[in-house]
Amino acid sequence: MGAQVHGTQEFNKGKRAELKFSEEAMKTVQKIISNYPEGKHKSALLPVLHVAQAEFGGWLSPEVMDYVASVLNIKPIEVFEVASFYTMYNLKPVGKCVLEVCQTSSCWLNGAEDIVKYIEKKLGIKVGETTKDGMFTLKVAECLGSCGTAPMLQCGASYHENLTFEKVDQLINDYKTAGQRRNYTDLDYKNTL
Amino acid sequence: MKVTIDGIEIDVPKGTTILQAARMIGPEVAPPTMCYYSKLKTSGGYCRTCIVKVTQGSTANPNPMPKPVASCRTEVMDGMVVQNITSPEIIEARKGVVEFLLINHPLDCPVCDQAGECKLQDLGYEHGAAKSRYEFKRREYEVIDIGDKIKLHMTRCILCYRCVKVAEQLTDGRVHGVVHRGDAAEISTYIQQAISNDFSGNVIDVCPVGALTDKTFRFKQRVWFTKPMDAHRNCKKCSGKARVWFKGDEVLRVTARKDQWDEVEDFICNECRYDHKKTADWTIEGPSHISRHSVISQNHYEHLNELKVQLMKQQKALGFMSIDKKP
Amino acid sequence: MGRKLLIHNDKVPGINTLEVYRANGGYASVEKALKTMTPDQVTDEVKKSGLRGRGGAGFPTGLKWSFLAKPEGVPRYLVCNADESEPGTFKDRYLMEKIPHALIEGMITSSYALGAKRSYIYIRGEYFYVARILEQAIAEAYAAGWLGQNILGTEFSHDCYVQVGGGAYICGEETALLESLEGKRGNPRIKPPFPAVAGLWGCPTVVNNVETIAAVCPIVNMGGDEYAKIGIGKSTGTKLISASGHINKPGVYEIELGVPVEEFIFSEEYCGGIRNGKKLKAVVAGGSSVPILPTELILKTAKGEPRLMTYESLADGGFQTGTMLGSGGFIVMDEDTSIVKNLFTFTRFYHHESCGQCSPCREGTGWMEKILKKFLNGTAEESDVDLLWDIQSKIEGKTICPLGEAAAWPVAAAIRHFKQEFIDIAKSKKFVDISHYNRLNKIVA
Ligand SMILES: Cc1cc2nc3c(=O)[nH]c(=O)nc-3n(C[C@H](O)[C@H](O)[C@H](O)COP(=O)(O)O)c2cc1C
Ligand code: SF4
Ligand code: SF4
Ligand code: SF4
Ligand code: FES
Ligand code: FES
Repeated sequence: MGAQVHGTQEFNKGKRAELKFSEEAMKTVQKIISNYPEGKHKSALLPVLHVAQAEFGGWLSPEVMDYVASVLNIKPIEVFEVASFYTMYNLKPVGKCVLEVCQTSSCWLNGAEDIVKYIEKKLGIKVGETTKDGMFTLKVAECLGSCGTAPMLQCGASYHENLTFEKVDQLINDYKTAGQRRNYTDLDYKNTL
Repeated sequence: MKVTIDGIEIDVPKGTTILQAARMIGPEVAPPTMCYYSKLKTSGGYCRTCIVKVTQGSTANPNPMPKPVASCRTEVMDGMVVQNITSPEIIEARKGVVEFLLINHPLDCPVCDQAGECKLQDLGYEHGAAKSRYEFKRREYEVIDIGDKIKLHMTRCILCYRCVKVAEQLTDGRVHGVVHRGDAAEISTYIQQAISNDFSGNVIDVCPVGALTDKTFRFKQRVWFTKPMDAHRNCKKCSGKARVWFKGDEVLRVTARKDQWDEVEDFICNECRYDHKKTADWTIEGPSHISRHSVISQNHYEHLNELKVQLMKQQKALGFMSIDKKP
Repeated sequence: MGRKLLIHNDKVPGINTLEVYRANGGYASVEKALKTMTPDQVTDEVKKSGLRGRGGAGFPTGLKWSFLAKPEGVPRYLVCNADESEPGTFKDRYLMEKIPHALIEGMITSSYALGAKRSYIYIRGEYFYVARILEQAIAEAYAAGWLGQNILGTEFSHDCYVQVGGGAYICGEETALLESLEGKRGNPRIKPPFPAVAGLWGCPTVVNNVETIAAVCPIVNMGGDEYAKIGIGKSTGTKLISASGHINKPGVYEIELGVPVEEFIFSEEYCGGIRNGKKLKAVVAGGSSVPILPTELILKTAKGEPRLMTYESLADGGFQTGTMLGSGGFIVMDEDTSIVKNLFTFTRFYHHESCGQCSPCREGTGWMEKILKKFLNGTAEESDVDLLWDIQSKIEGKTICPLGEAAAWPVAAAIRHFKQEFIDIAKSKKFVDISHYNRLNKIVA
């Protein structure tokens, strides 16, 4: 592990923007909270963070975490502790489409490294970086439960499996043409299982 | 309930942990602890230095336990037989735990405020190996202030969770915690908030290492040049029973009193800790009795320094300069 | 052809809908249990069936259920572990995605046995779209009266919910899962207390794997004794195996426990042999945590008997010459595979997934990854093999949760069976990834 920047320093004490869930998102949040018994609303934190991430630009800024804390009536540190524990929450801005290539055993046995290199070359970015136009962020991920259809990558809710270079060309092209942000919470998804 | 630890039998009430039973027998058989704290609920279990071998589970079920257990979180059963220092396996395993705790630790004792009262120094000396086999760059973090009273050297933190439990159990609003995970886990506040609260200063006393230190500790003295006295004052918020550290006639710092196991006897409030640094503020009871088994008092400080010098050479040779960094 | 009880209908069009599922015999176990059996009778059938947890540990399910504390006036919960993150394992996803009602039906029947009025399915966040499929199925089940108040006009009422995780393998460990379900960091709890006494929100809780819960339906339908006739000895029933790696037909297979490993790898019914006419080199038989075995030991035990796909046969010989059935994540490697590099991907995984609570796992996993990296860089020394061995031995058994072992075992097994490969790299000071070209061909084609 290289030098690390202390977690709290990554945040500016920026001005608190006016944040609010859209009516629809708020309905989803209320529905999630109602899944738990009275007084156990903290349980809603993980799913609500997913909703918040999708709602507020694909990442969780300190302001967003503060807001989620206020919606669930818990302490901000409780939100930060959780958001920083799990890999699906972005604590920094990301591109509209985050390509997460699985790099674990079965995928590696089937050429995941080649896929990563290919995407790096094609998009002109390294793992962890975002393209200049803000369209793509490339990440590597650990086993995504798709080992039988390796190599694979996830983008938002979609699983792209049995990847070849051509398939990668195709999906990048499709995402670019659509130009939309992809979230885990998206209703439309592709999968090739 | 009868339990035998390292061949010594003792009768203890139900609900006693192996560690507590061992402490009742005495320091010779008591396993070292880095995260357990008798005054904090749900503490312990994390560091794994207190592991022991249970060679007989109980009279009713005499089977041995398959793995070593954390003595601080395991309750005794009637007829249990435990090995601590009499088990070569445990001694070796503990050496491993100590090594794990040290691989990412800067060992900058010469410039560390905790030197002289550091549990990790003691542990490293008493239970560790003489040489580190770790040859990679150590983790680095910037030193940060948590408010105007406390400094956090994250590099030195061993993630014992004690300070988190203090904040949870003693104060009315926890603003710091453990964030991120795995070996990137760190103690942090939420957006550099200050930990300020009547009892927040106690995080300094419970921290076993030099990760959380008192910024108001005046004149930055090596602890062994200061003279601790037990003293008290009338305080509305806490018992007012404290330990006042002098240099000559000057009060350098105020801490809670600690018992034989280096645990705080009574938590003190921030007012006693930070705002009463005049001799006249205190009624002196007499010199504190500190069990001087610490590496410093035994002149073993050299040994750790030696280890650090070796490490620096090794790291330099490998092209890392990380641990040379000034705090 | 072996019998199939769980995914026999996976190719039926529309089987994901309640209508088609029901038309194919779905929800029969709910009818049978609620109308003709007491909760204890259901538990008894599960005991008789010999069903063992399919999440990895293989603990007898009926026994686990009978441990559940039942204090008056305290709710009890059933929690389904759908976190499935063990590398090499993807069977739960297949089942939930193809036949979501099989899980929902199992949740209802099992909850009836346990007296749980509420149950949760905790599914890994990456499976978000699968969670949608489950939610859809749950909505259908409510609409048809299989969930909600007074199911089938009986006293039994039940609510079932889905919760998505946030991306963390450790949440598959049952107490970490419960923490996560409570909206916290996925830090495993220090046991005791066990979930059966104090689980979700401090209440008695049973945590079971997706496949375990789904298997309760055929058990209730056919009776525990009938189910126990399938399989060999204490390995009863059928098991879903996720097959991946260098085989001709990767995928999810339902096998009767007891199929010979050789048949599983080479027959057309299952994996269809090694790809590109290559030879078999090694197999990780039960997900990344279990010891890897070389060809001679995976096909035959040390005693020379054919190795079978059962809990006992795979474990024959202990860790010296055996392995474990684990979660059934079956990863096959051909002759061109670098065991060292595969191990590196495992160790990187465990390093990445350590929760960081206890020192041996937090510090040890990263250290092992760094040493393995030296092998890939060609900078390793021979002594590094011994160092790796020593580190894994100091993690194993010294941690809060079994992730410590899960990280240590693969390292130990790779060194035990393939030490020469490590030494060769250390001696020659270079690492050649031989499988590279072969892989590239496959992708381009
Ligand atoms: C690190 C770790 C990860 C685990 N991951 C899973 C998992 O993804 N799915 C699962 O069902 N069980 C997993 N388990 C096992 C569970 O702790 C638990 O034993 C299981 O859910 C019990 O269900 P079963 O008896 O039906 O198998 C994991 C255990 C450990 C220690
Ligand atoms: S915390 Fe202890 S071991 Fe670490 S540098 Fe300070 S005195 Fe030395
Ligand atoms: S800062 Fe100190 S008390 Fe807090 S977790 Fe780290 S070592 Fe323990
Ligand atoms: S073994 Fe690893 S994952 Fe388990 S509690 Fe310890 S640090 Fe966390
Ligand atoms: S190894 Fe890539 S999905 Fe499992
Ligand atoms: S003192 Fe027992 S585990 Fe730390």
